[in-house]
Amino acid sequence: MKMVKIYLFTRFERIWHWVQMLLIFMLIITGFEVHGFYTLFGFESAVKLHNFLGITWCILVVFIIFWMLITAEWKQYIPTTQKLFEVAKYYLFGIFQGKEHPIHQTRESKHNPLQRLIYLGLISSVLPVQIVTGLLYWTYNDWQGWGLTGFLDLQIVATIHFIIAVYLIHFIIIHVYMTTTGHTPTAHIKAMFSGYEEIPEDTPVAVWAIKKPKNV
Amino acid sequence: MQSKTKHFIDLSVLFMLCALVVTPVGSNAAQEEQAPGRKLAHQVIKDRELWDTTDHSKHKVLRQNFKSGSEITRVCLSCHTEAEEQFKKTIHWTWTDPNSAEDPITGKAGHSVNNFCISTNKMKDQMCLDCHPGWRGKSEGVNCLVCHSQKLPGLFNSKAEFDDINEAFATYKAFAGDPDAKEMTADIQKTFYEAITAIGRPTRENCGSCHFYGGGGDGVKHGDLDSSMINPGKGLDVHMSREGQNFRCTRCHTTRVHHVAGRVYATPASLHRKSLTQDDLTPKIMCVSCHGAKPHKIGRKINDHTDRVACQSCHIPSFAREKPTKMWWDWSLAGKLKDGKPYQEEGKFGKHSYMSKKGEMRWEKNVKPEYFWFNGSIVTLTAKDKIDPSKIVAVSRPVGDKDDENSLIFPFKVHHGKQPYDTINNRLLTPLVSGPEGFWTTFDWESALLTGAEATELPYSGKFDFVETTYTFPITHMVAPAESALTCFECHMRGKGRLAQLAGVYIPGRDYNKWIEIGGLLLIIGSLAGVFLHAAGRILSAKNRRG
Repeated sequence: MKMVKIYLFTRFERIWHWVQMLLIFMLIITGFEVHGFYTLFGFESAVKLHNFLGITWCILVVFIIFWMLITAEWKQYIPTTQKLFEVAKYYLFGIFQGKEHPIHQTRESKHNPLQRLIYLGLISSVLPVQIVTGLLYWTYNDWQGWGLTGFLDLQIVATIHFIIAVYLIHFIIIHVYMTTTGHTPTAHIKAMFSGYEEIPEDTPVAVWAIKKPKNV
Repeated sequence: MQSKTKHFIDLSVLFMLCALVVTPVGSNAAQEEQAPGRKLAHQVIKDRELWDTTDHSKHKVLRQNFKSGSEITRVCLSCHTEAEEQFKKTIHWTWTDPNSAEDPITGKAGHSVNNFCISTNKMKDQMCLDCHPGWRGKSEGVNCLVCHSQKLPGLFNSKAEFDDINEAFATYKAFAGDPDAKEMTADIQKTFYEAITAIGRPTRENCGSCHFYGGGGDGVKHGDLDSSMINPGKGLDVHMSREGQNFRCTRCHTTRVHHVAGRVYATPASLHRKSLTQDDLTPKIMCVSCHGAKPHKIGRKINDHTDRVACQSCHIPSFAREKPTKMWWDWSLAGKLKDGKPYQEEGKFGKHSYMSKKGEMRWEKNVKPEYFWFNGSIVTLTAKDKIDPSKIVAVSRPVGDKDDENSLIFPFKVHHGKQPYDTINNRLLTPLVSGPEGFWTTFDWESALLTGAEATELPYSGKFDFVETTYTFPITHMVAPAESALTCFECHMRGKGRLAQLAGVYIPGRDYNKWIEIGGLLLIIGSLAGVFLHAAGRILSAKNRRG
């Protein structure tokens, strides 16, 4: 099969991805120290760092949302059930039988249906809840002034924030592992650095992505 | 490639800069500035040079021979006409709580008890009266000198040969009129003259002559008040040290018509935490009075703690830092004799670990306080209150609740001990200890408890036993320099943190849900195992296919 290189991840996407990786990594390290798992930076420094990193991430998220809107890349996250089960079946069975991945990436659809669903879940619920609970935790002393003390409880906010952090670790483990499932084990990782992914020539555009996004 | 890396770095830096604008934590400008609380307090004491309108050595009326303390007081009152009447209304004189209920009466002269010498037996125990600011206890009028003379015999500054002024009077009386002792009696009169002409507002020594020795010795009671505070180093007390501000007690315990500001039993030192900028007539008794409510540098998280954590909690890392304080006093072991004679044993810090007179004692130095919610009020049991002897009895305990916005997390010394109680009436008993009928002479509990009950005018069934009790002192003196304040970790840690026992609040770093953590751990282990198995499957199946 003849492979061709397509430009899949723009410079901004790659920067966002790796900055976000660094931020989340550091947020987990400092966050778990604040949670009392170990002493690394010292509690006060860990709190300061965690707040700083968290706010940095929020700012990054604003840039990401802005970018998604103006480039119409948000359409990459419209969920679909088409071929969803084929993809799941591939990772459960086909991959061991040397079968080919049912979906190939194209410029118009970077993510397979499973990815779409999981990323949409992250973007639409997990991360916003993490950001909101983080901001609430950070502004705990203002609750009284805002009239929130009756509705909110620091323990609940902190517990949700912690559960999501653990969930994100679970996500990262699977996510990092899945990068090795390309046509070579490092193909996907390389793509996230260079922006270029190799796909077989003549890969048809996935059905659900026929409509070409505007203003790419 | 190089330019790509550069863009990458540029953008990262941009995000970081944005974050800097939002979070002021890293701001250098704020760090170089003085903390607002320090600035405020310095303004308060800017014109602190206190001045007097009189020099007592120029008063001719003071140049006379005195035969008794009350004669001195009479002379004082010839100018300070209202002083005696004012003073006799204060708790320093009455030893009863002005806000006490009619019955039982709160106060040393009333029915209140502690777990040290237990009771003054309505001031009938003569030993207790050593600290009453009158001549010979209460009987011969106010002793102005004990608080106002800076050259009183017995004080640190004084070079007189006498332990106290009463001893000097006794000696004078014995030798007055004896022509051979003329020189000596003249010397004694000179001592008096020096004492009555060195007059001023109370110094640390004046207050300390009683308050540092409460409970029958140096540092016994409070934990944050002992003779090391007469002339403390800056590390011991930033405010009172000579290298620091050299404050006297009255700098904070501000005084109106001889009433000294401070907590009186259940009545808090101040009902509101106000700064002088909000109310310049407020007593300067609270830290907030001079330092303001948000004293730390702008942007520091500890400013967010001041609404629920008392300044003392972090700024007094431990009490009894230079001299030991008593932490345990077991009266039940008192009265053991060796060869029919009382004896004593020495323990840690050269302090008694056992005395036939007092029982078993434990002393500690550099003690970490215990922390409780505190609204400034302390409830003290009286000898009329019922107790439950099946539990440890809190003879005094702080009042406070996390839901009360005036309650703060506050440090305390908790003194434990065992003391006698009436097993029929379930009340604490008030043994008479000093004097010919007291326990320290007779070593007989039966008679000491009976005479004690009679003196206190309380019923006693005749049956007694000992019960374990606690007594609490708020820790508020011995404020350490800022650099010695507690770090966050002291409380924000698992297990053995300082606030390990404090219920009702979620403390990050201390609190966690065991089940959520086990679930989280399982999820992570499960994910790793799943990934590992999946990878192994891929490798093996690929091998098989090739093979």
